[in-house]
Amino acid sequence: MTTTTESGESTDNLRTFVAYVEDKPGVLNRIASLFRRRNYNIIALNVGRTHEPGISRMTFQVTADAGMAKRIEANLYKMVNVLSIEDISEVQRMVRDLCLIKVNVAAERRTEVLNLVEIFRARAVDVSTDTMTVEITGAQGKIQGLVDALRPFGIVEMVQTGTVAMSRGTQGVAARMAHTVSAGGQAPAARRSAGSMT
Amino acid sequence: MPKAESSTDPNSTGPQQIPGSEIIWDTLVNLGVETVFGYPGGAIMPAYDSMVKFPIHHVLVRHEQGASHMADGFARVAGKVGVCVATSGPGATNLVTGIANAMLDGIPMVAITGQVNSALIGSDAFQETDITGVTLPITKHNVVVDRPEDISAAIKEAFHIASSGRPGPVLVDITKDAQQARCEYEFDPRPVELPGYRPEYSTDSNDIARAAEMIAAAKRPIIFSGHGVVRSGSSEVLKELVDKTQIPVASTLLGLGGFPASHERALGMMGMHGESWVNKAVQQADLIIAIGMRFDDRVTGNLANYARQAKKIHIEQDPAEINKNVIVELPLVGDAKAILDQLLPIAKKGDIEGWLAHIDHMKGDDAVIDIKELPDNGKLYAAHVIHELWKKTDGRAIIVTDVGQHQMWETQYYHHDYPRRLVTSGGLGTMGFALPAAIGAQFGDRDAEVWVVAGDGGFQMTAAELSTIQQEKLPVKIAIINNGFLGMVRQWQEMFFEGRYVSTPMLSPDFVKLADAHGMDAFRATTLEEAADAIAKARAIDGPALIDFRVVQEDSVYPMVATGKDLDDMIRRPDGSTEGPAVADLSKQKHIKNPLIETGDDE
Ligand SMILES: Cc1ncc(C[n+]2csc(CCOP(=O)(O)OP(=O)(O)O)c2C)c(N)n1
Repeated sequence: MTTTTESGESTDNLRTFVAYVEDKPGVLNRIASLFRRRNYNIIALNVGRTHEPGISRMTFQVTADAGMAKRIEANLYKMVNVLSIEDISEVQRMVRDLCLIKVNVAAERRTEVLNLVEIFRARAVDVSTDTMTVEITGAQGKIQGLVDALRPFGIVEMVQTGTVAMSRGTQGVAARMAHTVSAGGQAPAARRSAGSMT
Repeated sequence: MPKAESSTDPNSTGPQQIPGSEIIWDTLVNLGVETVFGYPGGAIMPAYDSMVKFPIHHVLVRHEQGASHMADGFARVAGKVGVCVATSGPGATNLVTGIANAMLDGIPMVAITGQVNSALIGSDAFQETDITGVTLPITKHNVVVDRPEDISAAIKEAFHIASSGRPGPVLVDITKDAQQARCEYEFDPRPVELPGYRPEYSTDSNDIARAAEMIAAAKRPIIFSGHGVVRSGSSEVLKELVDKTQIPVASTLLGLGGFPASHERALGMMGMHGESWVNKAVQQADLIIAIGMRFDDRVTGNLANYARQAKKIHIEQDPAEINKNVIVELPLVGDAKAILDQLLPIAKKGDIEGWLAHIDHMKGDDAVIDIKELPDNGKLYAAHVIHELWKKTDGRAIIVTDVGQHQMWETQYYHHDYPRRLVTSGGLGTMGFALPAAIGAQFGDRDAEVWVVAGDGGFQMTAAELSTIQQEKLPVKIAIINNGFLGMVRQWQEMFFEGRYVSTPMLSPDFVKLADAHGMDAFRATTLEEAADAIAKARAIDGPALIDFRVVQEDSVYPMVATGKDLDDMIRRPDGSTEGPAVADLSKQKHIKNPLIETGDDE
């Protein structure tokens, strides 16, 4: 088992990256191809539109040590369709997954399940005679906690989104930013520009 | 420059309606392209039909692999983007090896392929191949264009991406309907702007100052000169830096010629078949200044014991290369020339006399003295041939090698004093490269004396391009180092597979007759004397010529660092003479039993 932090993320070299990419056909394929070719192991991947037209935002998690993380960053930066890339593993951040879990539950045990749902701050979103579907949002640790708690009832199916992440506070990852390389073998450190998506 | 009538009608005002097929060529002409290498077919036929309206010279290849290698050879010599063209499906897939070759060596190339009609994409139409999918991992970038309006921008962007940062191949796949449809067009001369592509880095002057301090403090410094020195045009400034600091220079394969081999601080090539004194110096150095090279496994040998005493300064334009194979103390990311220009004025010579004397001692008097002094035993060695070629061409020819033993002998016996005069496949090690790349090289420098140096195996992979040489009336000279084997593989079988020569003896056609069938002059040489004579004769001929050098069959390249071994753990030539006196005395030795002492310090 991997250890998890209070926010529920694994600490075994799990790195979280945020990238802005051009919303064009084939871009995800390019990025996936890079990961495959360079043998990077993706744990989670999410892509979605942003408030800026034509720009999508990706969150991905990879197991990598610090040196490898730098090279992942540099290799993604090189891609023509990648507008910016930042490793947010070392900053305060919010990390979320959304999960739907359908459990076997007969009418007489519904309250039991609803109690668990309450404890985990999840919610029931669908009920049938024999099943209930629960939605939970949170970091992996929390989700896994609910999954374990529901397992004895019999999980019919479950589905999760890829992880999405955002840094806390006023700063944002800029959609377009210059890439800098500092000395001491620490290449490359993406510079953060406050808030704006310049 | 004359343009297509349709786009330069003197009475016209504003943009004209022209078909995509013309936009392709007009854009290329505006980007300075004069020569392209290609082969027609259905999906690219509209473009070919329009080509003749433009001042473009098209070299008809015999196989599309030849087109991509020619574009590559052109780019290496001319320092410009090479362009190759092919049709969809098999035409496009035939380009693949040449594209992969350009990718690994960082060669600026634009490949233009035809694609089936956009309405048919995804339907497994005749000659439909997803070539952007196929080439995704072996191009720097690629794109499908399905509207004439997008063609010019796509080609301009392709040139920009191919030639900036770490150069590489870019493929532009243009559907047939995009070639046929018309749109308003006027070439847009403004520079390309791509929001996600910013490959230029500027280096912190504090870091450069730190590099200067490290250099001044080092007792045993060594400079590595890589392909980046050639590419960025840093040869002059590097020479000034070495003249000032006296730091010895080792080269990578693709760096050869970037720093003059005849310079007294030039050590020669390092790595798997590097000279022994170079590899030893690398292992003993206390400071490595690596310029435009990427610590490839053929250069480092076993990484765990690689240059452990040395601090490393890595001058490199691609941050993804920093700390990839070797951890460095000081990365300087940016253009090598810009960095060296800043470093030169502040660099100082350190206290390195002892180190220089030590290296000179390891090196012996002269790496090739033994070859020159060799008594003729009636046999022809590849080393002889290449040494002779070097002498006869005064070291000034463009040598285009194939891959194998002859390639390594070339690096040992042809001493390159000038950049862009050695064209060789480094990263991919592509057999069949030499002949087509030499055709491209000749277009890259029409006045140069171009020699192909190829093995009998690799030559046959792309020998069909002989007729391209004739059709183009090119004076390319061809030296086949014919040992009757896939020599380099045979050498490995001898060393690591107990001499089982599985599938390496190779029957070849009579190369002299083959040349004759192409209407080309050809000679055969089986002795040193014949070899010298044949080279002289070939050089005297205005047009192309081929020489079949029948060399000793089971010769091996020494020294050699076996895969996974430490860099200074070299396999030496097995011979009595290898236990001879100390290095410095070697040239004084009277009776050298070994007919071929490949390096001065084969102790
Ligand atoms: C396309 C390709 N196929 C296979 C190889 C593996 N390979 C490397 S060297 C070599 C032998 C080359 O023989 P030859 O062309 O006769 O040159 P020699 O080594 O004898 O000088 C082979 C088969 C390669 N490098 N490229």
